[in-house]
Amino acid sequence: MQTAMMLRRGCKAAPRIARAFACGALFLGAWPMASALAFTAYVSNEKGNSISVIDTDKLEVTQTVKVGRRPRGIALTQDGGQLFICSGDDNAIQILDTKTLTIIGKMPSGADPELLVLSPDGKLLYTSNENDNLVTAIDVATRKAVAEIPVGVEPEGMTLSPDGKVLVNTSETTNMAHLIDTQTRKIFANVLVDARPRAAQYTPDGSELWVTSEVGGTVSVIGADHKVKQKIAFAVPGLAKEAIQPVGLRFTPDGSKVFVALGPANRVAVIDVASKTVEKYLLVGQRVWQLAFTPDGKFLYATNGVSNDVSVIDVGKLKVVKSIAVGSFPWGVAIAKE
Amino acid sequence: MTRTCRQGLCLKRLATALSALAFAALAPPLHAEHIDVRAAFVRAPHSPDTLSILDVPAEDDAIAGARLAVEDNNTTGRFLDQSFSIDDAPVDSGASAVAAVKRLVDEGVFLILADLPGPSLLELADAMRDKPVLLFNISAPEDMLREENCRANVIHVAPSYSMLADGLAQYLVWKQWKRWLLIKGPHPQDELYAGALRRSAKKFGAKITDERVYEDTGGGRRSDSGSVQTQRLVPAATQNAAPYDVLVAADESEVFANYLPYRTFDPRPVAGSAGLKPLSWDGSHEQWGAIQLQNRFVKLAARRMNERDNQAWVAMRMIGEAVSRTGSGDPKVIRDYITGPEFAIAAFKGQKQTLRHWNQQLRQPILLGDGRMIVSVSPQEGFLHQTSELDTLGFDQPETKCKLP
Repeated sequence: MQTAMMLRRGCKAAPRIARAFACGALFLGAWPMASALAFTAYVSNEKGNSISVIDTDKLEVTQTVKVGRRPRGIALTQDGGQLFICSGDDNAIQILDTKTLTIIGKMPSGADPELLVLSPDGKLLYTSNENDNLVTAIDVATRKAVAEIPVGVEPEGMTLSPDGKVLVNTSETTNMAHLIDTQTRKIFANVLVDARPRAAQYTPDGSELWVTSEVGGTVSVIGADHKVKQKIAFAVPGLAKEAIQPVGLRFTPDGSKVFVALGPANRVAVIDVASKTVEKYLLVGQRVWQLAFTPDGKFLYATNGVSNDVSVIDVGKLKVVKSIAVGSFPWGVAIAKE
Repeated sequence: MTRTCRQGLCLKRLATALSALAFAALAPPLHAEHIDVRAAFVRAPHSPDTLSILDVPAEDDAIAGARLAVEDNNTTGRFLDQSFSIDDAPVDSGASAVAAVKRLVDEGVFLILADLPGPSLLELADAMRDKPVLLFNISAPEDMLREENCRANVIHVAPSYSMLADGLAQYLVWKQWKRWLLIKGPHPQDELYAGALRRSAKKFGAKITDERVYEDTGGGRRSDSGSVQTQRLVPAATQNAAPYDVLVAADESEVFANYLPYRTFDPRPVAGSAGLKPLSWDGSHEQWGAIQLQNRFVKLAARRMNERDNQAWVAMRMIGEAVSRTGSGDPKVIRDYITGPEFAIAAFKGQKQTLRHWNQQLRQPILLGDGRMIVSVSPQEGFLHQTSELDTLGFDQPETKCKLP
């Protein structure tokens, strides 16, 4: 880190032309020192029918893997050894071996799977089936569906509480977050939020559930009593309010900040969790969609659906430090430790 | 107030008001008791005389969309103890809908989706003025219904001619196809659409370089050798025109527009009633999650969703949305919610759709489709507005002739 800073200070002193050329290279060369470990980011390309594999040190795509049709939601196993890919137009969840980068099997997901979440022990996989108004639980070992839970119209977002006891599903046309007991596999609460809810995430301490509403343009904060206690709205000067469409949402590991992708507003909002106020809007690519942190929490990757790239945000500095070209219509992102 | 009452009493009033406020804030937003919402679909038949057999209306035209929304509302209703249903109330072609709706009102049905010609809808709105009836305009595009003849008991879900024409004009201007040959049919409805197109041309800087009327010689729409004649008729009808970039057709009666593409004297694209059409919806639209709605509709109706099906779906969803948000099936509460500041509906066109409070028209993007694909969606980039870019489509608040109570 210090090396990088010194280099940059040195750059300021250098002649302008030399700085533009050489310092950029030096700065990139110094990058491995800034982050202790090299991680691997996987990005699903919805129209590219592929997964882009990114080396987070080199900040570049190292491989592009052909997968099934219309890959969207992706999730890594705890050990990072396998990547589960919702392959919507194949009505299947594919399993990618991250060592060999080959598809080694598939899960019977039901029709048009879009998003999925893995149980903390890695034994169960939950997915939403938009066409059937169902959430399906699949046993990873046997690759068989073990439960179907009827939910609202167009189930979409999926998340688990930190203790794994509550599964949350959002339904886009019913406009609810459905809270499901993972033991009984029954809904125990339905919370109305603004139009077209997409992502749901618990705060790391599990005390609050935050839900983005894409068409409503807000984030709803749901308390332990299963009631909306606050709605957070956004305003970007010069942008029509209709363009602000919150989609992906991620908390920093310490729970102090939350990042919200605002879709066609082409910005990621940074919210202070305690005061629930928007601190900053970071300009990223077009139609920013899903977000994922590097495992050390230092960088946030944002997929930009329309501009075919991924924005890398320095979490400490709250700055976009790089955009990486990936495949066609990047959608989901997951980052492994290795 | 402080001067006319004793202090203690005033405090008491204030306390009552405060406790009412507190109750409103703390009361659960969802009703505890079961709510059953019954709506009706009043519809006059659409002519089966279409130039393309693909456009012949199905028996369940439009109402199928409402039925799908009833299913969707009922799925949501399971979690809120609310249920929805829709009655089918067909009326004969050219007949008044007033008697049918009066019968429904007597049975306690006050939410009416109307798939009626414009004048018939206006007659119905006036006849129901003193009843707690709320009408949803599913298909009538006449601007007069939203302007000089706007009514407080009508919510317009269908886009107006001026919204459709503006949606098309923005794209043609963006393409730099600014010289138009306008061909309209001889019927009054054709003139309404043509008038909207002329207004749009002026509004966005296009020029109608030539204008023609295509005569309706009557008779059936199809024969086994139809293409032989039209191949000779259309070039003649379009030759010797002043130089133009695009032919814009206004044919609301299915007389000629679908004959125009590929047959014009000069090789020019066709837009308006044929070729590139401004639409509220199309069976080929799949962006912004629309594919999910399309899939549900095909499963229910075994055909593709058209504009009227979609508008009926949106209207029934607006009702569902109002009921789930307010916890009430009262038509007055529903109207207040839909016309109020909180209302917004997600309808698969890329942004929230809200209501123009000054004439109760649903704001919405306009799709531009050729029947196979969606070519573009308006408002186009660069057409700006101080409140909503959607208000660049159609008559805007400063120019409206609508005066609602």
